[in-house]
Amino acid sequence: MSEQMRPEQIQITIDQQSITVAAGSTVAVAIALAGLNCRTSVTGEPRGPLCAMGICFECRATVNGIAHSRTCQLLCEPAMDIRTQ
Amino acid sequence: MTTSYDAVILGAGIVGAACALECARAGMRVAIVERDTIGSGATAAGMGHVVAMDDSPAQLALTGYSRSLWTRLSPELPASVEYHACGTIWVARDEEEMDEVHRKLAYYTAEGIEAEVLDSNALAEAEPNLARPLAGGLLVPHDAVLYPPCAAGYLVEQAQRHGATLLLGHTVISAAHGQVTLKDGTALQAKIIVNATGSLAPALTPGLQVKPRKGHLIITDRYPGYLHHQLVELGYLKSAHSSTGDSVAFNVQPRKTGQLLIGSSRQFDSDSEDTSVDHKIVAAMIERAALYMPGLPSLSALRIWSGFRAATPDKLPLIGPTEDPTVFLATGHEGLGITTSLGTARLLADHLLSRPTTIPLAPYLPSRLPSSYLSDEAIHV
Ligand SMILES: Cc1cc2nc3c(=O)[nH]c(=O)nc-3n(C[C@H](O)[C@H](O)[C@H](O)COP(=O)(O)OP(=O)(O)OC[C@H]3O[C@@H](n4cnc5c(N)ncnc54)[C@H](O)[C@@H]3O)c2cc1C
Ligand code: FES
Repeated sequence: MSEQMRPEQIQITIDQQSITVAAGSTVAVAIALAGLNCRTSVTGEPRGPLCAMGICFECRATVNGIAHSRTCQLLCEPAMDIRTQ
Repeated sequence: MTTSYDAVILGAGIVGAACALECARAGMRVAIVERDTIGSGATAAGMGHVVAMDDSPAQLALTGYSRSLWTRLSPELPASVEYHACGTIWVARDEEEMDEVHRKLAYYTAEGIEAEVLDSNALAEAEPNLARPLAGGLLVPHDAVLYPPCAAGYLVEQAQRHGATLLLGHTVISAAHGQVTLKDGTALQAKIIVNATGSLAPALTPGLQVKPRKGHLIITDRYPGYLHHQLVELGYLKSAHSSTGDSVAFNVQPRKTGQLLIGSSRQFDSDSEDTSVDHKIVAAMIERAALYMPGLPSLSALRIWSGFRAATPDKLPLIGPTEDPTVFLATGHEGLGITTSLGTARLLADHLLSRPTTIPLAPYLPSRLPSSYLSDEAIHV
């Protein structure tokens, strides 16, 4: 891929680690790329995106301080602070 | 199936469950009849705040006694009951309410219930998500919270371990003169019948002064650390007191999961089976809560529901004998039945077995009220 074709890269943090993703990535994708789960259930099971369309609430994480944000519905923005929960 | 029992308990809400356990433990042959599932009535709808409440001396006696029974039972409770002695803070908004804090402190202390005054700073430190400044509050450290349907389930299980029979999915259609008749025609003989059907009790014991009083609750998603104590506004008593009209009060509870349970509303409703959510009153609840916790409206709610308290004219339950020598009551617990279930059951069993009671039963005897409906005006005096 030529330099011109490469999508813009943006810097975010997930669980206080700096990560670079392509602009236009959803937060759910960024969490998956980081090898993490969005959250842990009451009984300690890992949880991640299921419907990818904002209705199942499985993909929740804390984004810029707002807990229970549906990460499949949010695009990454530069310097976004994402915390799995 | 055996059809003859010493005691047949009608209803497996938390009150019926507690009564069944006390009777079974005393060696009686007990059956519990429940039309639905255990704890499916007001017990599932309630908040599970185990609280010492001082609406009247008799109310403080019963809640204080019952609370001590919960404290004693707590080490045995399974994790599913989510018992958590988080304490209550009665929140005062202004100096006038701080006077009430000091009155309450003196009263609780005299009754042997530990309590401690928090000034404005101490309150803010104890609950950083409260609005600032608020005048202060009264911390009652030994109040607790629990998950009522699982508590009822545990009590039924223990009753069964003591030999009680659970008849689930059976509706009682009549209960008098030593006979309990089920919808399928089965007749159970009982020396003692305990009507513990909550707000539906008048259907089986006509003439009872028990009215359904609707309440709504909201449960949020998990926000661990957001809230540490059960918080109740001191204006709560004004809301709980009014015998007519709709009212809301700020009342929020931390669950062990980090979820918040937000209450509460009070409405008299003629149809005690209509549990549909009244969005106007829910909006009023949220507005009230936001006065105290400005961040609450931005949290995400998972579910809203309603249930019916069994209200009596003098805010005290009906515990004990009726004119029918075989029928006994354990109902009318309004907004305190989770707390007072254990005290109710112990008092009733003590009465049935002619044992001495720890606190006097007299204030709760059904005979204190004439057995017909009074008008709301008459109730208000
Ligand atoms: C919104 C709300 C908040 C509350 N918060 C609190 C709180 O924080 N702390 C507290 O102490 N209390 C609280 N309460 C009050 C508490 O929930 C009730 O007082 C308590 O659950 C009453 O228990 P019960 O067993 O008497 O009634 P219920 O739980 O209603 O049980 C009655 C049972 O009888 C069964 N039944 C009825 N008719 C029949 C029939 N004909 N045949 C067979 N079975 C029948 C029903 O299915 C039901 O299971 C609250 C109540 C509400 C509504
Ligand atoms: S994956 Fe279902 S809401 Fe995000």
